[in-house]
Amino acid sequence: MERFDDPYDDTRIHVTPAVIEPGHTFDSVTDKISALVLRKRTPLGWWVGLAASFVLTNMMLGTIIYLVFTGIGIWGNNQPVGWAFDIINFVWWIGIGHAGTLISAILLLLRQQWRTSINRFAEAMTLFAVACAGLFPLLHTGRPWLAYWLFPYPNTMGIQPQFRSPLMWDVFAVSTYATVSALFWYTGLVPDLATLRDRARSKFGRVVFGMMSLGWRGSARHWARYEVVYLLLAGISTPLVLSVHTIVSFDFAIGIIPGWHTPIFPPYFVAGAIYAGFAMVLTLIIPLRKFYGLEDFITDRHLRNAGKVMLATGLLVAYGYMSEAFIAWYSANKYEQFMMLNRFVGPYAFYYWSLITCNVIVPQLIWIRRVRHSHVMLFVVAMFVNVGMWLERFIIIPISLHRDFLPSSWGMYAPTIFDFTMFFGTIGFFFFLMFLFIRFLPVISIFEMRTMVPEAQIKEEA
Amino acid sequence: MQVFHRSTNTIAKVSIFGGVFIVAASLWVLAEINRSSYNTGQFIEVQQPVQFSHKHHVGDDGIDCRYCHTSVETSNTASIPPTKTCMNCHSQIWADSAYLEIVRASYRDNKPIEWTRVHDLPDYVYFNHSIHVNKGVGCASCHGRVDQMPMVYQAASLQMEWCLACHRAPERFLRPKEKITDMAWNIEADLGEGVAADPFNLLAENKAESRVKLGLQLKQEYRVRNARVLTSCSTCHR
Repeated sequence: MERFDDPYDDTRIHVTPAVIEPGHTFDSVTDKISALVLRKRTPLGWWVGLAASFVLTNMMLGTIIYLVFTGIGIWGNNQPVGWAFDIINFVWWIGIGHAGTLISAILLLLRQQWRTSINRFAEAMTLFAVACAGLFPLLHTGRPWLAYWLFPYPNTMGIQPQFRSPLMWDVFAVSTYATVSALFWYTGLVPDLATLRDRARSKFGRVVFGMMSLGWRGSARHWARYEVVYLLLAGISTPLVLSVHTIVSFDFAIGIIPGWHTPIFPPYFVAGAIYAGFAMVLTLIIPLRKFYGLEDFITDRHLRNAGKVMLATGLLVAYGYMSEAFIAWYSANKYEQFMMLNRFVGPYAFYYWSLITCNVIVPQLIWIRRVRHSHVMLFVVAMFVNVGMWLERFIIIPISLHRDFLPSSWGMYAPTIFDFTMFFGTIGFFFFLMFLFIRFLPVISIFEMRTMVPEAQIKEEA
Repeated sequence: MQVFHRSTNTIAKVSIFGGVFIVAASLWVLAEINRSSYNTGQFIEVQQPVQFSHKHHVGDDGIDCRYCHTSVETSNTASIPPTKTCMNCHSQIWADSAYLEIVRASYRDNKPIEWTRVHDLPDYVYFNHSIHVNKGVGCASCHGRVDQMPMVYQAASLQMEWCLACHRAPERFLRPKEKITDMAWNIEADLGEGVAADPFNLLAENKAESRVKLGLQLKQEYRVRNARVLTSCSTCHR
């Protein structure tokens, strides 16, 4: 306590760090962020990263080509485990996207200033994660060229899709989510694209950024309309944070398989999605701020807050695990009880306990201040959560399916090499898009950061 | 410094708003192509090795459908007649016609004429002629006025919406079984004297109603299953 009383002691670790380091002006913020895009020389590390992710992207494309020509039999899922890596990866990617929407929409409406420097980046993460997610159900249909059948349109078959199926709701939830996220992201980009247009040195840059900025001049009328649109989009996005993963959870909860047919699924899935999303945000911004020298804008405050959100949502998820186990016992339903027992000590028990370790035990380290304040430790915990959230879907989907009501129809599931090339391929694709994004678009919202500098803090004079 | 010409403002606005219409228009065009004869083969007369005229044989001569398509009441296919069926008559009439040399050659060599299929349903559809014919669906309901077709063409689109239009409400198309092969059958003919004795045309206004009334009666009589069963996926996709 003494340290607080000593005005000359600057080791006051209790003080919340600022959302932007002191000493920045309108100019310095604009210069620093726009220079990342407009500079002539591209860092070698970027080329290495892009090349590596491009190789993985091609692995994904190769898998897709083989899959389209051969059929989804190249994957390991087959009766009784009809859903496996494809659906796990779909849910995993969709979940990751949720942090972006939460940061950009809900934290905007809650006037959380610390969202400002990470929202652009997190929204890009959302878009790319949804792109990866969308590939899996599309390819899982087996005939992706007929995927438009999923939409209700006046067709020659004289029938409409099955609206009573949660898989249909999923189509609408995910396509709405992708559309709104893309609009929100692009709308936020327009003023920054105009800044880049004005600062671009090459004619090509001026023309491309000029077209993308849609004639933005920064007039008062533009800003007034912009603010209205942005708030409206935030309002539209906010329910999506809750609804999209709720509907994804219905894919399972509406089914009657023990381990799926659980009313806790919607909130538990939403919490898990935000948990996974913040883990991915941390996984990406900790190296990014380091390599791009963005420590001034993405400060300790952001990392700690993201860590805290991760801890809170992680506890909600842990509650979900406890509730599943409790209800299995309390229901006195032998199928539910067997399902839980099968998770604890069945053939895939290793993965269940790995899940508990990654998602429940390891994240408790964030309670410790030294862990929360260490970037390396936060990164490590986030990596555990990334793995843990994947394992969670692995536990829910194939493990519930492989032993259901009838022992005669039990079976074991094992992925094939193409399950892995597809999964790691989408990770490569995600990073490929991410690398392109950080090179060609401002990773931090320039104009919103300008509102954070002291010059912008106009005090009303009494 | 301005890199864009003033006209860019207009071009930008037009392309954004125009984009919506272009997308909508192309979707509409695609939908139209999908239902067009180009895609379905509907109304397109099919050339055959022998230009057999249904108009002449059915319309002029009055031969019943089942004289040639013998298995229509008992089998899933109506069956294409063997050359022997042609020769029943054509060994006597037009026996020297050059036009029929192909038919005679087929008969001599015991080699069937290779007719070109007109109605080709996809292989994933199970279709059975006998069930339709025995439940009161007339030939003309699906094949059109074959008695007026010099060259046979596909009268219906054969798209699934067309199948379902009847499966959802069969009463609108059913007819008495004894009128199955009657090309010209219609409700007035069946109501017969009722219409004739109606000088003020009162009944005609209720034609559609009478049609459905008769259909419902036949549906019950022939024990046609309900729409739920008829439109179940596995009724046709087995």
